[in-house]
Amino acid sequence: MATTLPHKDVAIIGLGWTGSILAYELATAGLDVIAIERGPWRDTATDFPPTWAQDELRYGVRLDLFQRPAQSTMTLRNKISQTALPVRQFSSFLPGNGLGGAGVHWNGMNYRFLPTDYQLRTHVTQKYGAKAIPDDMTIQDFPMTYEELEPHFDRFEKLAGISGKAGNLNGQIQPGGNPFEGPRSAEYPNPPNRQPYGATLFAKAAAELGYHPFPVPSANLSQPYTNTLGVAMGQCTFCGFCERFGCGNYAKSSAQTCVMPALVRQKNFTARMNANVTKINLDSTGKKATGVTYVDDTGAEFIQPADMVAVCAFSFNSVHLLLLSGIGQPYDPVANTGQVGRNFAYQCTSSVLVQLPKDTKLNPFVAGGAVGTVIDDFNGDNFDHTGLGFIGGGVLQATSTGGRPITQISAFKDTPKWGAGWKQAMQDNYQTIYPLGTQGNVCAYRDAYLDLDPTYKDPYGSPLLRLTFDWHPNELKMSAYITEKLAGIGKAMGATRIESAPRTGPYTVVPYQTTHTTGGAITGDSPSNSVVNKYLQSWDVSNVFVFGASAFPQNSGYNPTGTVGGMTYFAIDQIKSQYLKNPGPLVPA
Amino acid sequence: MRFVALSNPRVILAAALLGAGAILATHFAAAQSTPPATADAQTIAAGKYLVAAGDCVACHTAPGGAPFAGGTVINTPFGKLLGPNLTPDQDTGIGGWSDDQFVQAVKYGYGHNVGHLYPGLPYIYFNKVPVADILKIRAYLNSLAPVHNQIVADQLPFPFDIRALMIGWNLLYFPDTGDYRPDPSQSAEWNRGAYLVQGLGHCAACHTPKNAFGGDKTGQEFAGYIVDGANAPALVDSTANGLGAWSVDDIATYLSTGHNRYADAGGPMASVITHSTSQLTSADDHAIATYLKSLPGNGAAPPAPVAPNDPQMIAGMHIYSDECSACHMTGGTGEPNIIPALKASPVVAATVPDTMTHVVLYGARSVGTDAAPVASAMPAFRGVLNDQQVADVLTYVRNSWGNAAPAVTPDQISAQR
Amino acid sequence: MAKGLRRRLFLVSGISVMACGAATQALALDASQWSLGWDSMPQAVQPGPWTFFTADEGAAVEALADRLIPSDDLSPGGKDVGVAVYIDRQLSGPFGRDAGLYMQPPFADGLPGQGPQSPLTPAERYRKTLSALDSFCKSAYLGKSFVDLSGDEQDKLIAQMEAGTLALQGANAKAFFQLLWQNTKEGFFADPIYGGNREMAGWKMIGFPGTHYDYSDWIDKHNQPIPLQPVGIADHPDWSQPTAQS
Repeated sequence: MATTLPHKDVAIIGLGWTGSILAYELATAGLDVIAIERGPWRDTATDFPPTWAQDELRYGVRLDLFQRPAQSTMTLRNKISQTALPVRQFSSFLPGNGLGGAGVHWNGMNYRFLPTDYQLRTHVTQKYGAKAIPDDMTIQDFPMTYEELEPHFDRFEKLAGISGKAGNLNGQIQPGGNPFEGPRSAEYPNPPNRQPYGATLFAKAAAELGYHPFPVPSANLSQPYTNTLGVAMGQCTFCGFCERFGCGNYAKSSAQTCVMPALVRQKNFTARMNANVTKINLDSTGKKATGVTYVDDTGAEFIQPADMVAVCAFSFNSVHLLLLSGIGQPYDPVANTGQVGRNFAYQCTSSVLVQLPKDTKLNPFVAGGAVGTVIDDFNGDNFDHTGLGFIGGGVLQATSTGGRPITQISAFKDTPKWGAGWKQAMQDNYQTIYPLGTQGNVCAYRDAYLDLDPTYKDPYGSPLLRLTFDWHPNELKMSAYITEKLAGIGKAMGATRIESAPRTGPYTVVPYQTTHTTGGAITGDSPSNSVVNKYLQSWDVSNVFVFGASAFPQNSGYNPTGTVGGMTYFAIDQIKSQYLKNPGPLVPA
Repeated sequence: MRFVALSNPRVILAAALLGAGAILATHFAAAQSTPPATADAQTIAAGKYLVAAGDCVACHTAPGGAPFAGGTVINTPFGKLLGPNLTPDQDTGIGGWSDDQFVQAVKYGYGHNVGHLYPGLPYIYFNKVPVADILKIRAYLNSLAPVHNQIVADQLPFPFDIRALMIGWNLLYFPDTGDYRPDPSQSAEWNRGAYLVQGLGHCAACHTPKNAFGGDKTGQEFAGYIVDGANAPALVDSTANGLGAWSVDDIATYLSTGHNRYADAGGPMASVITHSTSQLTSADDHAIATYLKSLPGNGAAPPAPVAPNDPQMIAGMHIYSDECSACHMTGGTGEPNIIPALKASPVVAATVPDTMTHVVLYGARSVGTDAAPVASAMPAFRGVLNDQQVADVLTYVRNSWGNAAPAVTPDQISAQR
Repeated sequence: MAKGLRRRLFLVSGISVMACGAATQALALDASQWSLGWDSMPQAVQPGPWTFFTADEGAAVEALADRLIPSDDLSPGGKDVGVAVYIDRQLSGPFGRDAGLYMQPPFADGLPGQGPQSPLTPAERYRKTLSALDSFCKSAYLGKSFVDLSGDEQDKLIAQMEAGTLALQGANAKAFFQLLWQNTKEGFFADPIYGGNREMAGWKMIGFPGTHYDYSDWIDKHNQPIPLQPVGIADHPDWSQPTAQS
């Protein structure tokens, strides 16, 4: 029998980036806020101190900080005609868990999408014609523009202390930055990081080829910084244990490092850890949420009444909850009805291995998660796509994130797989092979979506989320094209050998690619084409807001967090100024 | 009841004081018993501010307890005291006390219901607070919700539980010079700072060394002390042991926020920051800083540093490089407002390394305030370093970057495990 | 009487968030949600008898590890660096029983892109396959176990397992090889506290300095050797005083 708890103004599901930012903003606005987080509390000195945080086996291989599939996972199939099977072990994507979510162990690459990315369908149609968009490609415009989001990107960057170099300040192109970026109203709050050797070779080669290298905008701080909430942060020491690891010296932006110290001081904020929300409860009309139901780690069930529910649980989990709670109509790809689950997208990555001369000392272990050089020349519509047969592109990056021996030593395909030859290759390669990469866009399609699995269940007896996803010709062509460009830069770096690995199909959940899973609860200008409005408010249940990358109508050729941060502040602004005064739909349906 | 050996020097002194005190007059006249009138909101607010300055919470609000309902354990070298209940409860609080009785307690150390108070209540410093201010404090306390909480403050073992001992002790260690008298040669700000520090702030309670009988050592004001294992550094103008490396602004920022360029308050000072100095105005914190910065150094020469080629220094350097420099930086500079500097740190260079030992073994957490919320924490190293290694790295840190302090031995470490 | 006030490191709210199962009410948080000295430092593997393997299994895994990572000028072999010890300790722990993975039925063979679908835990797979391998060797090599074969013979069998051309009774040799090789790499390169990579031999082979956390002084030193001795979570040879015993 569930215990009903005292009422709260707001129940926030998930205490990662978006949950903690929202909690802080609403608690300081005077609301009674409770955040309910499935995983444990995490604190730097106790959970990832620099005494033993640098444990590749525990964190890099056994994924100790991540969500366990036993807690929640999804089933996967490429095509609607196939049977989905459980992702029993995470590999391709690694959902986070606990306080701070994936923000604890991300690399820290922080971008804004291009202005044209936010108006993708309109832009592509205008420039290349409607036929450039295949019938089954369901891309659409964001309902807000880059310009509307700009001040909110800036706000997130100042919260996080992003270290970088502006390339376009109020319309003026700045040397050393990204000349393709949308106009920024301000410089980054911290200067860019120093560059390791391999990245400098890339930068030189890229510049020689006429491209525009710039330091990757980074949440690994280049200097000590006090953010907009008065929270002090440290500076990155290039330990090389970044993605999959917590940062031991307060130098990586995360909910812990940036928000929690100020949030925990708010008397009207409470957090419930190790508690899994199983449902958002609705009243008898189905149009109003009354709160949430959650189960703690003893199995006891609780009902938390609230006037407002914010779903900040990471894209997969958020969509899952909407489906389980009956909020919005589930998407049916065959009938093409319903919105919830529609337009799932991902990130299309590829790599190029660059063999440098034998006595090179790359010192790959001197690294940060977002320390290196990238170019944007082949992203979005920054280059002419006429006749290429695809839209989009991606960042090309020299951002080797570490020299961790179990998982990060590069080898060519013809390298012996074990034995004496393998050993020699490991020793030879460690200091001399540099891995370059691309992160390309993924468009949305009729047949790439999320729904509920008919067979497999989670520990609470609810159906697992089911993911139907495969690469489409657009992405594979895009990947082939930009990977070739990347290989060109590799050659210009003085490579004695190059090996390109553009993305090929079918999509496989092994090996690791990125955790940039987007869509399923997309934002749009009408209930007929989206699940949430531009302020991330559910069209169907107006006191439910769904934050995070589930709102992306499609994914661009960048890491998503910067856009997630900007959209979060954009929505919060409206919630505070309009919604709280007058709860109800913020955008006419 | 716990007993102390009759041969204990403190007991011998106690006996002497008892004898001496019995024949001395006291100036504590029997006080009136009329309860006070209810005060206006402004007075109460002023009293609340003064209570913050006096950090009354530290001894009179138990953790998780009702405000000022007492019960906090105060450990002294003589035994245990409990902070009394200051709520207006008639039976167990001070609701039935008159204003005069309250003043007698705070300013003169005399409790009309129990007799002489132990200097667990720092009346020797509160003596400098004008009666008008004490009455504002009274007004504030009187406005609180009464809480029924019976506290027996005196938990000391025999013979220290004999309050009359205090008569003699007061003769020796309670100057009773009365209200703070401004120094006309100093600025108004300096005098404000001096008033706060010498009176309600009672900083000397921890920061002035004590003799064996718990009285302030004369001529050593603010020369630093070790309070229950925690180092209360000197506040005089000395770089090796004092505020010499800090500017007035550094001191003020530290008091207001718990952090500055060099240090992050932890341990007992964290509580002082939270309940007291961060609740004062920035002008008052600046005044305190102005006064403290004016305290002259004691001219003590620092010791010669341990040589860099000493085996402890070499091993310590490796340990530091592997385990410490990622946060405290190669030059021991720390990071502003989050990681303390080890260079020019009086806590690091304290002659007795107990605080540093405790921090390294068990970790530490700095204070979070509204102005500087991050309560940065140091991990525990007791599972990583053995006694020799802790001693080596402490020796290294204490003798690098211009620091100089005695080397640390493994025995000093094992004593703290 | 003394003035020794003790200001304490008390928890303002006093409720620990760490305790599992204890949180039946919402927590008011403040900065003190941290217990002094609490940590979850990994426990170093202790040398000693096998915790999972039988003597024969252990010997077989040692022999396999020694072929996968042979001893040469570059480093000691898989056996000497402790790969089998590493694997043994892993198999008797959460990894061995697939703790945390989704192990609900029904199990079905999926497409390769759907990821591993087997209900076999690593512990079960090792046990099963080592037994099947032993049976195979005894049958094919006139009563010899894997450990008794010559190096070339062992290499040949490993290559067949890798290629999927070795038919073992009731066991999937290829899947076993993939698991074994993954674990062997881990045993060679993981922090020595886990039982392998003895004396950081794997790290020394490639020049990985291990758990150093501060490279601020080195990031600008491009294309230069960084002469840092490797260190591990519990391996710090330089921490002992030059003249003292370690």
